[in-house]
Amino acid sequence: MSGDFGGKSSAVTEETTGVLVRNGGGVPTPPPARSRRRGIGWAQRLEIAALSGPAILMFLGFVIFPILMAGYYGFYKWKGYGVPTNFVGLDNYKTILQDSAFRAALWHNGVIVVSSLVIQGPIALGLALLLNQKVRGQSAIRVLIFVPYVISEVIVGTAWSLLLQTSGAVNGVLDAMGLGSLKQDWLSNPKLAIWTLMFILTWKYVGFAVILFLAGMQNIPHELAEAAAVDGASYWQTQRRITLPLLAPTIRIWAFLSIIGALQLFDLVYIIWGQYVASTAGTSTMATYMVTEGRNAGNYGYGNAVAVVLFVISLFIALLYQRFVLRRDTEGALTEGT
Amino acid sequence: MTTSSERKPIVYFVALVLVGLMIGPVLYIITGGFRTNSQITVNPAGLPDPWEFGNYTGVLTSEVFWRQIGNSTIVAVATTVGVVTLGVMASYVLARYKFRGRGALYALFASGLMFPVTVAITPLYILVKNLGLVDTLPGVILPQIAFGLPTTVIILVPFLRAIPKELEEAAAIDRCGRLGFFWRMVLPLSVPGLITTGILAFIGSWNSYLLPLFILNNQDTFTLPLGVQAFASQYSVDTAKVLAFTSLSMIPALVFFSLFERRIVGGLTGAVKG
Repeated sequence: MSGDFGGKSSAVTEETTGVLVRNGGGVPTPPPARSRRRGIGWAQRLEIAALSGPAILMFLGFVIFPILMAGYYGFYKWKGYGVPTNFVGLDNYKTILQDSAFRAALWHNGVIVVSSLVIQGPIALGLALLLNQKVRGQSAIRVLIFVPYVISEVIVGTAWSLLLQTSGAVNGVLDAMGLGSLKQDWLSNPKLAIWTLMFILTWKYVGFAVILFLAGMQNIPHELAEAAAVDGASYWQTQRRITLPLLAPTIRIWAFLSIIGALQLFDLVYIIWGQYVASTAGTSTMATYMVTEGRNAGNYGYGNAVAVVLFVISLFIALLYQRFVLRRDTEGALTEGT
Repeated sequence: MTTSSERKPIVYFVALVLVGLMIGPVLYIITGGFRTNSQITVNPAGLPDPWEFGNYTGVLTSEVFWRQIGNSTIVAVATTVGVVTLGVMASYVLARYKFRGRGALYALFASGLMFPVTVAITPLYILVKNLGLVDTLPGVILPQIAFGLPTTVIILVPFLRAIPKELEEAAAIDRCGRLGFFWRMVLPLSVPGLITTGILAFIGSWNSYLLPLFILNNQDTFTLPLGVQAFASQYSVDTAKVLAFTSLSMIPALVFFSLFERRIVGGLTGAVKG
């Protein structure tokens, strides 16, 4: 089983890192093969079209096309019926950028991006180091910490809002432990709510980071740690000088996924706080703002403009990250990918 | 060696606390469903005493629950079949044909990883509406297939590329064209990869919330996540019943996950590992 996956995932690794870097870096494919077979037969072209056509059409139709249309609708004041006619230019965008509710949401997204990295990263790293040792029941633990990741956001949200309500189980446990003074209004206290959200996010997604880091650690050859041990390195020295540097590419990919996920966070906030409470509790995000002000208010032109803003911000950060962070993975210092 | 055995107790302790934190809320949902509302009000964090089965039987005998299970199953199965079928065809082309624009095509699919459905949901809803698919299950299935393609392609292309060239040459000698090779050799050989991507698509669809929230407004077409939310707000005073409904609705994903855990973990780590 493990051998089966070992082989495959290392191949995948190369590919993925390659792609993420390529977008910023340049054209990939090895040139010689292409120039050798210049003309490909009609039969082959037909095969290529028949096999990849459906996927390309679906992808262009339902992923790329809507994003382009958002750019078009965003210039209109439009209720979503018929063809948009009321062209308002950049008015929607002006409104968005001047709306304090949007700026608050943007700020919350920023807080969530940064604290996801700062909170989940070290915790996941520590846990992965812990589980990377020979521990009995390791595979069971791996399954169990992954459970929150597999449960749907709706269930997680429903469960935690019941647990955390003022008369819920969390405050009940605090009471039972004689810590009644620590009881809080976890969900609606605006000073606290975003940290409650961070706690739930950590609970839900830390297992994913741990699994990634563990997989990365198991790719690091044992010989390195053994050699370090022969040289008299302590456990912590070995982790700091060998494991962490060699794990850096994995950490960078995880951070990328975490940032993208945090920028587009919607489900948990919308389920726990709903469309009206989120902004007063200080947990609204750009995505919940988009749904509340766009679809729920019936202002589709405006909603699409918010989608464009969300898209541009995500794209900008993704490209910046690939340009300045993931790029390092190609510079040879960390070529452990073999 | 000695240091590692000294650390062992701490390791076990931390692991235990961790597992408790991760599983505690899940156990709370499940056991909470076996309590009555007065038990929950009096002692929010206690165990069932006595055990109350009415909540679970109530949900299990309700038509709404089974209809939502049915809708979720239809959507998840159709999404999985669509994603895997289209994905393996496109991946085969990307992995084993040489043609101009191949790199660009791959980059196009890979770019989809950067943009989950959130960014496109508002215009996507309008597109689905114009296609007349609002309040229908295909209105959820088709976009889900499209948004599932990037992960599938990223996982399958290297998988298919790893099939030895000799096999293809041998097939060519036997007058088996590339399409024949695809049918007779590639598909059987790539079953493990297809299962991984299929499971990821299935669980993603089973848990999906935002897209059904936009597309499905009619209660009869609700999938489970929408159902859980509707149930929770409809019976907001009946906490025990909500907990029973919630825990029953997470069973399919949990069973599916524990059956295929190794493959899911393998697929995920494979897809994003650096």
